[in-house]
Amino acid sequence: MAETLLEVKNLRIEATAYPPGEPPQEIVIVHDCSFTLEKGRVLGLIGESGAGKSTIGLSAMSYGRGGVRLTGGEVRLNGREIRSAGPGVLRSVRGREVTYVAQSAAAAFNPAKRLMEQVIEATLHHGLMGRAEAEKRAVDLFRQLDLPEPESFGRRYPHQVSGGQLQRAMTALALCPKPDLVVFDEPTTALDVTTQIDVLAAIKRAIQETGVAALYITHDLAVVAQVSDEIMVLRHGRMVEHGTTRQIIEDPQEDYTRALVSVRSIEHEEKASAAPILTVEGVTARYTGLARDVLSEITVEIAPGQTLAVVGESGSGKSTLARAITGLLPPTAGKISFAGRTLTPKLEDRPREDLRELQMIYQMADVAMNPRQTVKTIIGRPLEFYFGLRGRARDERIQELLDEIELGKGFADRYPAELSGGQKQRVCIARALAAKPKLIICDEVTSALDPLVADGILKLLLKLQKDEDVAYLFITHDLATVRAIADSIAVMYQGKVVRYGPKSQVLSPPFDAYTDLLLASVPEMRLGWLEEVIENRRMESAGN
Amino acid sequence: MSPILKLVVQRLALGVLLLLAASVLIFVGTEILPGDVASAILGQGATEQALANLRIELGLNDPPVTRYFNWLFGVLQGDLGVSLSNRRDIAEAMSVRLSNTLFLAFWAAIIAVPLAILLGLVAVRYEGRWPDKVVSGATLATISIPEFLLGYIAMYFLAVQYRIFPSVANINASMSLGDKLNAIALPVLVLVLVVLGHMMRMTRAAILNVMQSAYVETAELKGLRSFTIIWRHAFPNAIAPVVNVVMINLAYLVVGVVVVEVVFVYPGMGQYLVDHVAKRDIPVVQACGLVFAAVYIGLNLVADIVSILANPRLRHPK
Repeated sequence: MAETLLEVKNLRIEATAYPPGEPPQEIVIVHDCSFTLEKGRVLGLIGESGAGKSTIGLSAMSYGRGGVRLTGGEVRLNGREIRSAGPGVLRSVRGREVTYVAQSAAAAFNPAKRLMEQVIEATLHHGLMGRAEAEKRAVDLFRQLDLPEPESFGRRYPHQVSGGQLQRAMTALALCPKPDLVVFDEPTTALDVTTQIDVLAAIKRAIQETGVAALYITHDLAVVAQVSDEIMVLRHGRMVEHGTTRQIIEDPQEDYTRALVSVRSIEHEEKASAAPILTVEGVTARYTGLARDVLSEITVEIAPGQTLAVVGESGSGKSTLARAITGLLPPTAGKISFAGRTLTPKLEDRPREDLRELQMIYQMADVAMNPRQTVKTIIGRPLEFYFGLRGRARDERIQELLDEIELGKGFADRYPAELSGGQKQRVCIARALAAKPKLIICDEVTSALDPLVADGILKLLLKLQKDEDVAYLFITHDLATVRAIADSIAVMYQGKVVRYGPKSQVLSPPFDAYTDLLLASVPEMRLGWLEEVIENRRMESAGN
Repeated sequence: MSPILKLVVQRLALGVLLLLAASVLIFVGTEILPGDVASAILGQGATEQALANLRIELGLNDPPVTRYFNWLFGVLQGDLGVSLSNRRDIAEAMSVRLSNTLFLAFWAAIIAVPLAILLGLVAVRYEGRWPDKVVSGATLATISIPEFLLGYIAMYFLAVQYRIFPSVANINASMSLGDKLNAIALPVLVLVLVVLGHMMRMTRAAILNVMQSAYVETAELKGLRSFTIIWRHAFPNAIAPVVNVVMINLAYLVVGVVVVEVVFVYPGMGQYLVDHVAKRDIPVVQACGLVFAAVYIGLNLVADIVSILANPRLRHPK
């Protein structure tokens, strides 16, 4: 048997919670967690937000983020107990035996320092190498991680490189001191799907070549299946299941794991095309002060009661299209027709009826609601504004809407802070629905949610579409979501629609180059997928 | 033109404009003061003829706009005018006073600024624990006590009771540097106490703000010592707000020392201004006002430019 590197025994982690209007409470966020990790192995920690996966990952460095405290059990690293160790011991462990790759490299790099300085800092601090040697190792790592111009890459500042490159630089930072263990905390979650695959491949190769052990934390089972040897499923701070990656993916034992594996099983039959309710014709738009068009000659349409999914990576102009349709950014050219009328370009000039029939739901439900208003006030506002409902009639309608979004009576008097992420998004849906719109623009409404919660929101949206005959313009970067709910699809790239049509047609070959790349980049929940994609790409580039 | 150069040039132009506006305000302000300069100079018993002659000589009968521009062009050529009370050239008299004030401000600043930043760093390192509480409490106390009272307290203990330093801070050109420093020890002490709190608290707040950043966590997970993290990772990102408050306090050391100079009878700009306000010596008051405005605007300009230079996004564009 291989040598044990990390042994966690009966770990208990606590924090102080500050519920609104109540005295502070001690809460346990990780209960009795035990696992071991052998040298050179990769363990995936998976679960939804709040499952305690980052907290457990950081416990390998005996670090509690915020007010989090490791209050019980043992964390043995290389045979030494570090949970209860003093600051001196911890300083010698952190950055030398264990290193950390954060979710947002953009925030985790110091904006005021050059990359090289930060990448080799821990190595120098622990006296592992001289400066020249450390810099040479960093350059080797930059090369290994496919960073551009590895010799001079380190001279740049964080803001001078892209998000995907920063994430790889963070990996170099973690690998530079030749640690025994690296904690990867959602390293690809913030990246576009097409970038994610490159970073994932670079990380996997670096792990294999250096033989380092890793804890790989993510909420995306398909991603973790590509890089880890074992997977531990967590929920509410407890271990649900721990097994080899193959066993978890192919033969999950627990119901919760099965739900995770089978998530996104929504089947949606594409509806036949019909006369459109919204027509966007040749719309071009740009932001003031910017030299190029953010949207160029966009032409799409949506039929009543159907869903048009707009997909593309960040910066492709998806959200700008929504701003043009809602009138927040008046287009410089083109025409938008809605329900047989031509919409005036500017929001301020639109009649109330146009405003009512065209509603919007946002990605960040918690910032889209006034934190000082109750759910009742939030949902009641459009009822008053558009229909003049008051008193009992208004309360009854609010109750109807709460029933429709599957939240009970008790929610009317709650504040947004007292709701979970999924519940907040449901309230936002109810607020949009209250106006009885013909079209709702959904801007990445499930991107900030955990997969199972997102699934619930998508099912709700489909049900509401059936009941209320409302059309959706669904903006997303997630192709799985698109498959689940779209009737037609527009693929956007650099401000242009590169592919557009009914779902069945857009998702069938022959593909244009970009759509092909996009589709091939979506992680699939099976072993060996990543290798296949990389191999395919290599063959293609060799063939060209 | 690089964006950073453009920003700096913009700031400089804005500073010049602001100074011009300040000169107008100063001129108008002294203009609407009650009383007649000629009768102020010649006193109650002056004849009508003598007053009229003096008014013509001083150009007091010209319209205000003409007088303003005459004054402004004079200033631009280094001619601040002549004092009404003693007929001496203002620029000459003021250069001695200004250099005294700058001498005092320099020594106060050279002690106060590093000390304030160091104490701020210490307060951050031991946030919420006793060193933080002691430093924060003590500096709060020193800014809360009026500076003249601080001056008299210092004088009572250090000059009267223990006779360590002189109570009157009189310096002149013939003194050696050591003697001068001994003479100004008490006013320097008081000024340091007055400006320390403000700068230290701002340093503490600005760094604590940065300490919430993800990159500070990264540094912590590299196993660095707390003080290294604060100094190397947090402080460089807190420079802009700290520099702003440092410059405001440096400006105070030049412009706002009137009270302290009077308490210690120090021959600086503050004393000079107070003396001539009492004598209704308008040209001197105007010149002092203009110099103060220039110092204030200049130091804030420096703060702006340092803030711009401290931003790596501007210094190293993509």
